[in-house]
Amino acid sequence: MSSSPVHHTTMNQLQEEVPKLFGFWASPYVLKVIWALRIKGVEYDYIEEDLRNKSDQLLEYNPVHKKVPVLVYQGKPIAESEVILEFIDEAWKHCGHPILPEDPYQRAMARFWVKFQHDKLSPPIWKWFTTQGQEEEEAYEASIEQLLVLEKELDGKRFFGGDKIGFVDLSLGPLSYVIPIYEEIIGAKLITEHKFPSLFMWMGNFLSSPSVKGHLPPLDELQARYQPIREAFLKGKN
Amino acid sequence: MADLAEVVLLDLWVSPFGLRCRVALEEKGVAYDYREQDLVHKSELLLSSNPVHKKIPVLLHAGRPVCESLVIVEYIDEAWPDAAPFLPRDDPYACAKARFWADYIDNKFFDCQTRLWKLKGEAQEQAKNDLIEALKTLESELGDKPYFGGDNFGFVDIALVSFTCRFLAYEKLGSFSIEEHCPKIVAWAKLCSERESVAKVSPDPYKVSEFIQFLHNRFGAN
Repeated sequence: MSSSPVHHTTMNQLQEEVPKLFGFWASPYVLKVIWALRIKGVEYDYIEEDLRNKSDQLLEYNPVHKKVPVLVYQGKPIAESEVILEFIDEAWKHCGHPILPEDPYQRAMARFWVKFQHDKLSPPIWKWFTTQGQEEEEAYEASIEQLLVLEKELDGKRFFGGDKIGFVDLSLGPLSYVIPIYEEIIGAKLITEHKFPSLFMWMGNFLSSPSVKGHLPPLDELQARYQPIREAFLKGKN
Repeated sequence: MADLAEVVLLDLWVSPFGLRCRVALEEKGVAYDYREQDLVHKSELLLSSNPVHKKIPVLLHAGRPVCESLVIVEYIDEAWPDAAPFLPRDDPYACAKARFWADYIDNKFFDCQTRLWKLKGEAQEQAKNDLIEALKTLESELGDKPYFGGDNFGFVDIALVSFTCRFLAYEKLGSFSIEEHCPKIVAWAKLCSERESVAKVSPDPYKVSEFIQFLHNRFGAN
């Protein structure tokens, strides 16, 4: 049985101007796209997917990865969250504020840090969350090491993008609500104000910014979702 | 210190990631100082230009470093916008498609080719099959176009052409013919190899194959 679309805005079928976002409530990748659309002030139709029973539409729009998020605009699908963010910035160039800087060197820096988050930061944090004992300790140390690199880069700025949220902030954004949940479940702190004064402040700035505030998944439900995930991983290792 | 307008590329002859940057610079007709790096005894310049990863390639433009190959290629495209554009800047959807496929090459395709040389036995066989599937997916995207960029040699072409000099290596490792499975990809690879930019900076496939075979024999595991 395919999932039925949930429309946040009603729309004339012939009007192709309102983009459609295929998502999942717990996905941080989907959330990055929602925040970007909000920065640009773009109305969108949201379709919640059941990831255990993906809709025909999703499979048609993203046959390669079969994942959310997918943004469909003027009948054409775009997949991969960071690709979607760049698309949103370009397609709605004159709306809201720029997500990527104008200057080619600054753009390269932004893309570099987004890749850093993906390649160097996320893996040890996930490992910390899904292991115990020595492995967990090592992953914790590795996470701290990478967070220190990020702390140095942020260096007291309000956002990585400067005064306003940018590409790097959006990419790192989910950490602002996921890390506290991981800390709660594991019973250990990763980002303390003492060790990471800039990052700690950034998390608060990010969560309270207009495009993000009120647009988070229900955190108690998210915690209830993550808890058994950690347990399953720990059990699997024994 | 040298002229601040200088372009310097810190690279390694066999690196597909470095090759992308070389091809991109050649396509734009940008003069650059190519500096082969010793990755066992890393230079001060490499370590200070890429303190986070300590890896090549690194592009230095007027003394400022750019790291990560696809980031470098997009930077080259944006810093020298007037010659040979890699992305159709007036078409956000076409740009998004190109970035999607470059990401696919960097993640899915790269993972398969790495497993092909790093593994042995059944796991290697699986890697070979996955590589063929990935190439077929890419072939499907290429369709009947001469290049992934259509009539223009573009971002996705640059992302993938960096691996075509390894086709011989893959075939030897997996005892198979890429042309048999993906003739259009092989035709595309041949077309790319005829471009002056690619021909000028690509390493010899036999030398590459020898190198990868050495890695496989030395470091490969079941």
